[in-house]
Parts: sequence; structure tokens; C-alpha cells
Amino acid sequence: MEKKRDYSLVGESTRIAIETGLASAEWYHTDVPRKAMKELMQRSDGPAIRDTIIWIVAILGSAAGIVWFWGTWWVVPFLLVYGVLYGSSSDSRWHECGHGTAFRTRWMNDAVYQIASFMLMRNPVTWRWSHARHHTDTIIVGRDAEIAVMRPPDLLRAALAFTGILDFRYSLPSLVRNAFGSISPDEKSFIPEMELHKVVTAARWHVAIYAATIVLALYLWSFLPLVLIGLPRLYGSWHMVLTGLLQHIGLADNVTDHRLNTRTVYMNPISRFIYWNMNYHVEHHMFPMVPYHALPRLHELIKHDLPEPNPSMWHAYREVWPVLIKQLQYEDYFLKRELPPTAKPYRDEFHALTVPAAAE
Amino acid sequence: MADWVEACGVDDVEEEDVIRFDHGGRTFAIYRSPDDEYFATDGYCTHEKAHLADGLVMDDIIECPKHNGRFNYKTGVARGAPVCVNLATYPVKVEAGKVMIQIG
Repeated sequence: MEKKRDYSLVGESTRIAIETGLASAEWYHTDVPRKAMKELMQRSDGPAIRDTIIWIVAILGSAAGIVWFWGTWWVVPFLLVYGVLYGSSSDSRWHECGHGTAFRTRWMNDAVYQIASFMLMRNPVTWRWSHARHHTDTIIVGRDAEIAVMRPPDLLRAALAFTGILDFRYSLPSLVRNAFGSISPDEKSFIPEMELHKVVTAARWHVAIYAATIVLALYLWSFLPLVLIGLPRLYGSWHMVLTGLLQHIGLADNVTDHRLNTRTVYMNPISRFIYWNMNYHVEHHMFPMVPYHALPRLHELIKHDLPEPNPSMWHAYREVWPVLIKQLQYEDYFLKRELPPTAKPYRDEFHALTVPAAAE
Repeated sequence: MADWVEACGVDDVEEEDVIRFDHGGRTFAIYRSPDDEYFATDGYCTHEKAHLADGLVMDDIIECPKHNGRFNYKTGVARGAPVCVNLATYPVKVEAGKVMIQIG
């Protein structure tokens, strides 16, 4: 079957997106009075300091458990906790601090952003710019550098993502490549030239720390240093994938309304702590200035204009599975979610390139 | 010679806030600082076309609503990624309860 979509950031889909005005387009926003939005956007250090203290104490506590019980089966529960904190919750900290919304104080955002980027094996410079592009051109093929599941979907790849193997295989070589001064054409397409030297510097720091960890492991003749630094990206990223895949999977691409290409899912409080409320993902994409701790309030304010949230992750995956199966044969197929009667309708004029086959 | 143009009334902008002002096919942002001074810059972010008037004013910083790029709205200086290019600023004066900006 011929593939219609070119996910390269410098290919045919890129050219079409730019020519048709899909790139850097005007997006739909629910009307929110300025006064209410100003209040929602207000920054505060309190919630993020509280959550970060809990986060660090939990990371250090579970790491201490791993060291203490290393060599016994008692180490397993500590590995489970440490792995998720290191390999999954770091993603939401990276994300919120990258937006600069978690803390009011800038250096606190920057410090947690750098630490979380390291934990995720993400170049902090590259990923800051790729995420800016993701917000400009959300799920616009040929423009968005962060499309997790491309069409037609590679289900094996999606399943393997839960193990972290594919991301690990991509992230580590990218860091090494950047450390040697090589920037790919895709990376150059969204990183300004004046920032490219920072990509190399950041990669060299990351690689140096990983090299030191390997040297320590060899010196101690133990896997323990690697289990604590680096490998959690493999055994602990499953929760990040579990929650993150639901953000856009199975929904429309090449549209300019986040209600069509982004999903809000109600989640349990533990997942919401790990994910820092990014389950309110339509709300986040519409108004990225709103801090994670204000997203539940934003949701209450605008939910009349959004599709009904999925009541659980299980519900969302059950909804999306048949869509993925159908996309294997018809890659244009997608899930078009119903709007409530109180919502403004999807605007056809914004979606000239909306693919034709939708499950309604 | 640059003209002074009436942008808004002094009470049209709340303290530590910003409003949009369109004139002559151009868009500007008018700021009122926490210490009750007025400032004016170009209305669009230099990173991508987003109205800064939809953003957040914190002390002397305006944060773009689209990608959280930050500028010092008093000087126009870009304060880090994803904004790299400074913002144009315009002289402002207050006369008879009106905020006037000088547009070149």
C-alpha cells in the first residue's frame, strides 16, 4: 500500500503544509474572558515546590531501597517505583518546566528542566525547540516533530514503546551524534542556527555523565550504577507511554482545532501526579500558558466546548484500538469525536485538508 | 517625524496587564506595569505570529501565549528560547488620561 504521509520535516508533506497554510496556522480557541484567563495563567512556586520535594524524596528513597536490597528479590518493588519516577514522571516535569509554567521562578523551571531532560536522554535544547514546533503545528504531518504514532500505525513499534527500547535506541545515538557536532537536517529544520552550538554542548554534558556512570559500573564491577542512571529509561518509561500515547493517537491529523486532534482523559490521582495533570491535554494545547495545577479549573471552565473526556485510560484505549486496526488498511481513517450541543461546531473552513474518512 | 497616537485610556489597562492596540494596519501591545507606568511594543511575538496581548505580564516580563517566549516589555529584550529576536518598543506618554504612543 502506498503511504500518503511523509513524516520527514523536510519532505513533500512539509512543502504541502507550508503551501496550504497548515503550517503556523490560526487555531481554534474556546472563548475565555480575559479576566478568567489571566487568573488561570498566574504563576506560583508553591504547588511545584511541594510536588518537586515529594518527587525528589520519592526518587532518593526508592534509590536507597534499590541500593539496600540489591541482590535480593526485595529490590523489585523499589525498582518499579524508582523506574516510573525516573523514566516516566520526568517527562511531565520536562514538559511543564520547558513551558516555564510549573514554577513562577525562572531558575527553578530551568533547573528541573535540565535534570528531567537528562533523565529522559533528551537533548534539552533540541527538545525545547521540537516542542515549540509541536505546539505551533500539532499533528501537522511534515511539521510536527513529536508525532508518536504515524499512519498507517506500526503496532509492534507502539507496543515496544512501552519497554522504552525504541526511544532508548533513538535517544542515545542522537545524543552521541550531537556530541560529535552532527545536527540532522530534521533538527536543523526547527532549531535556529544561533542555537545549534548549544545542542552540541548539552549533548557533551549528557554523554560525559553516562560515560562516568559506565566507568563507575566497571570500577565497582556492578550493574547498580547503570540501574540507577540510564537504564530506568528502559524499565520505567511504560507509564509515560501509557499516558502519553493517548494525547493524540487515532485522532485527526492536518487540522487546526485541538478538539479534533487531541484527547482529554480522566485519570486516577497517582497517574495525575506522575503526569502532572497533562491528561487535560486539549486544555493544555489550547492554552499552554496555564500551569498544570490550574488545568482542572480550566477544564471546568471550557468543557462545554470540548468533546466529552474519556472517563478512563482503559476506556480511551478501547475506543482507539478499532481505529488503529482500521488505519492499517485505510490510513486516512480517524476518530472524530462528538461535540456537546453547547460547543461551537468544528469550522470547516479551517480544515480544508481534513482527511475524508472519519468514524463518527 | 513620528506621530503621537492615542492608544487607550489609562484605565483601559489593568495594573500588571496588557491590551492590544491596532493602528494603521499594525498591531501593538500596551502595557501597564505593577508600578503604574505604561509601555508599548510591537503586538506580535518575534518568534511566531501570536498576539502578545493574550499573554501574561509578570513584573517587567511579557510571556507569549503560544510558546511562553519571554521579553522584557520595557526594553524589548528577548529573555531566552524560543524567542531569540528582540521586540520593538515605542515611546509612551500619558496626557489627559490617555496613553499616547509614538509610532515611527
